[in-house]
Amino acid sequence: MDLGPHLLLALLEGTVAAFVLAVTALGLSLVFGVMRIVNVAHGEFFMLGAVLAWFLTSLLPEMPFWGFMLAIVGAPLVVGMIAVMADALVLRRLNYEPEATIVATIGLLYILQQAVLTIYGPDARPVVAPISFRVQFPWFGYSGYKFIAIGAAALLLLAAWYGVTRTKFGLIMRATQFDRETAQAFGVPVKLVYAAVFALGAMLAALAGVLIVPLQQAHYLMGLDPLLLSFIVVIIGGLDSLKGTILAAFIIGISDGIISVFFSPTLAKIIATLAVALVLVFRPNGLFGGRSR
Amino acid sequence: MNPKTPTIGGKKNLITRRSAIKKMGAAAGAASALTLAPGFVRYVQAQSSAPIKLGFQVHSTGIGAAYGRWYDRTTQAAVKLINEQGGISGRPIELVSEDDGTDPKRGAEVVEKFASQHQVDLVFGTLFSHVVIGAAPRAGELKMPYFVVSEGYHVASGSLNRYVFQPGITDVRSQVSSMAPWIAGNLGKKVTMIFPDYAFGHDHRDYFSAAIAAQGGSIAALLPIPPTESSYTKYFPQIPSDTEVIYHVMVGPGVLTFVKEMGEHYGSNRPQIFGFVDSLEAVDLASPGLEFLEGTYFWEANPRYAGPNQTAFDKFYREKVGVDANGASVSDPKDISTYSHMFGCWETLYVIKQAIEASGYQGPADKARLIEATEAMTGFSASNEHPQGDKLFDGKRHQCYGHQFISKVEGQKLSVVHQTSIEDGQYENDTDYTKQSL
Amino acid sequence: MRLRLADRRIWGLHLGLIAVLFLLQFVLPDYHHTNVARILVLATYAMGYNLLVGYTGLLSLGHAMFFAAGLYGAGLSIYYFDLHPVLGFLLGSAAALVFAIAVGLIALRTTGVAFMIVTMMFAQAFYLATLYFNSITRGDEGLVLAPEARRFAFFGLDFDLAEPVTRYNMALALFVGGLIVCLMLVRSPVGRVMVAIRENEERTRMLGYNARDYKLLALSLSGLLSGAAGAAYVLLFAYMGSTFAGIQYSILPLLWVLLGGVGTVVGPLIGTLLMFYLIDKTSEVMSSYLIVVGAVLVLLVLFFPKGIAGTLRARYARWMP
Repeated sequence: MDLGPHLLLALLEGTVAAFVLAVTALGLSLVFGVMRIVNVAHGEFFMLGAVLAWFLTSLLPEMPFWGFMLAIVGAPLVVGMIAVMADALVLRRLNYEPEATIVATIGLLYILQQAVLTIYGPDARPVVAPISFRVQFPWFGYSGYKFIAIGAAALLLLAAWYGVTRTKFGLIMRATQFDRETAQAFGVPVKLVYAAVFALGAMLAALAGVLIVPLQQAHYLMGLDPLLLSFIVVIIGGLDSLKGTILAAFIIGISDGIISVFFSPTLAKIIATLAVALVLVFRPNGLFGGRSR
Repeated sequence: MNPKTPTIGGKKNLITRRSAIKKMGAAAGAASALTLAPGFVRYVQAQSSAPIKLGFQVHSTGIGAAYGRWYDRTTQAAVKLINEQGGISGRPIELVSEDDGTDPKRGAEVVEKFASQHQVDLVFGTLFSHVVIGAAPRAGELKMPYFVVSEGYHVASGSLNRYVFQPGITDVRSQVSSMAPWIAGNLGKKVTMIFPDYAFGHDHRDYFSAAIAAQGGSIAALLPIPPTESSYTKYFPQIPSDTEVIYHVMVGPGVLTFVKEMGEHYGSNRPQIFGFVDSLEAVDLASPGLEFLEGTYFWEANPRYAGPNQTAFDKFYREKVGVDANGASVSDPKDISTYSHMFGCWETLYVIKQAIEASGYQGPADKARLIEATEAMTGFSASNEHPQGDKLFDGKRHQCYGHQFISKVEGQKLSVVHQTSIEDGQYENDTDYTKQSL
Repeated sequence: MRLRLADRRIWGLHLGLIAVLFLLQFVLPDYHHTNVARILVLATYAMGYNLLVGYTGLLSLGHAMFFAAGLYGAGLSIYYFDLHPVLGFLLGSAAALVFAIAVGLIALRTTGVAFMIVTMMFAQAFYLATLYFNSITRGDEGLVLAPEARRFAFFGLDFDLAEPVTRYNMALALFVGGLIVCLMLVRSPVGRVMVAIRENEERTRMLGYNARDYKLLALSLSGLLSGAAGAAYVLLFAYMGSTFAGIQYSILPLLWVLLGGVGTVVGPLIGTLLMFYLIDKTSEVMSSYLIVVGAVLVLLVLFFPKGIAGTLRARYARWMP
């Protein structure tokens, strides 16, 4: 294939990856930004979203479209409830100390992952896309659902942006993020905000999982990859910057596709990984983050 | 097939042999009781009824779990059957299972646990190559017979040790080599290979490249996929347009995505496609997105779908393990087996039985005899005990060699179009484990 | 010279621990004998990890790189060049040291979460490199050291590392070496500066100490000790493979140290020992034994946030290093 179409394909692939990654990373970024904790179990919420999507769509085997709609509503709700429970039972008791929450969420990661292994099993299971068609370019064919996924992810990002910048809850959230003590003094129910933010972050990951599952399969170990990528994105984007997170998701997603055009894939991964590390070292607040406080 | 091959025949035969071996065993036991260290006396006295303890190293968790579950079912079925038919040398099998998490470090620990805590007579069942290679040195040091069911080339390559055998499943070098003549003759000679960028994939790359060159073919491109990849579309443009055959082999949870995305990329306008069924083990061929595979070809070690040429042995084995004619669990048609690998557990257990009985093995002191008896084997005939078919066994390499199958996807099922001869999979190497001390 | 009470207690505790570990080999059944040997090697890795996190407060998620650098540095040189195992061990440790210094020079510009991610990225690149150079390392499948390569003469004595007794005492020697390094370091002026950096970097800097040099020293020693454990692992257990460079082997020392007690000298051993037997025992009862591991972690941070040795120290023995 010529370079032109090859790059077009890489760009398309990168865009799909970027949108889904942006949704996942946005969840991590919210939790990270507002609560100042690293949620290592974030990838497991993504995985739970995918696995629940499989379960919910299989309830309506004859109606893939409605099954998928059920999943897109149901899966984040269930995951959100799990997150609220984790917050109340564990994180709140730890007073959100950074190191302790890392260990606790590693524990949570194991618990969720192994619970899924026990209940759902070790197989990778497919979910039928709600709408499936194939787009034929002159040089290659492309999955139509991927365009749907892009659209859905874009809508989610818009909604999240609106929620954070234009609603009262967004305002409260940003106030808490800016200064926890002062917010509390002004009567912001910080505990409630934290629980809501943690749940929201988990739900975003779960939604990304639901969107991706018709493309990949639901598998109990699928959470590690999005976790690592989200970490990278959040760091590169800068801790306090939702805009930065989304921009970084695009840089990571698209460059991953393009680099693999020119280098041997494994070498490409090595280069990309080192590049991320160096960005972090020389721009510690991310490419788009402001100065640290 | 060697007519002198010892077979484990019908039931009648079994009983007479068992009683004969019992007598032999008793004599040997009495003799060894006089010479052995005190620690073994208990064992010898109990020889007529004490169970044979087999350590089953299984991938219950980790990346190999989908295989591990079926290895477990197959093993349980075989052990149950062997015990119903009187056990090994008249002694029942006691199966001790330990999960290794598909991790080489834990794999070594599990072998140690079997040897010194459970004190099993023999360990078997490991699948993933890195776990086998991680655990094998410990098995050698502990002098623990270690019968793997991995299809890796590690055993026959000579890099392991005298205690490691692979008598139940053909190694990947032989499997891959035996595909080349048929591919070159029927699908095309310019091949692009897509394979995982680690040792298992590299075995495919190296041995298939050599084998296709020997058939006058050539490799158009090699596409190694990094193991951390979960999306594949971006690699397909690197397939040269003059490719006649795409050869793919992927493992792990991403395989379905891979095949699906290949389908979306090519649509109906595609080169010939040949894959190793490893790409789709434990995956339903009727899964959404796999329609594209219609008319493509797969290597199978053991045909998943019971076709018109199904042997009585396969029928028997299928029923005992609880697999239906479509290669799925009889209790859940969506639960697809790893049919091209798991027979290895069944056959390995019967090789173990044969080796123990032929060597007059009584207890751990007889391990050297057990090893030598296994090395003396030359092959196995197709039977209920060896339902996958005839096999040659190379005692120097500790490796067996069997027929392979090539199947075409028709109506979302695999139907066999070709069976290779054992000779197709022969290769030269000078491994000789029998030179190592015991 | 008269030792102060605290000094006597400290030496008593650690010499006692070493004596117990030495005597254990005569009473342990075979299985636990091998386990303890392996735990001692891994505990040395954890101690190396603890040098960084416990005494400078820097949390690394990339220590698998140092462990694997030691593993491969020793393993490959012995595999390909028939190096004397002792030389191989030193070479492996040196390789880890070089990697630690290189990573330190770059990564120590960051702190906190960014440091975690940078070290994780470097380690991930290292892991991918072990796969990329498959023709040398055999990637994930790995390589096995032949028994002959692990038999050697040293100062007129013959050693066979496949011998359980030799293995146990080699592992013990490694552990004791690591323990002494840690004890001396944390009780030295240098160690006190490190702790001061952990507690308050700004203030330490104002007192005239160059915090970055001390952190680099801590990271280098930490990498060296981790690498020594990796080198010992391949010598004692004969296998090297990419798995050991993977992210789970960066998370494991973190768990062991947190379980045992961050910033305590004996904590890493306690954590490694407990985690090993926790997995070993629960895996006998249930297949999803990692659930138990997960639950233990959660319960630990909830009720023993300082780890076992840390909690003991806070409650009963404030003198413990």
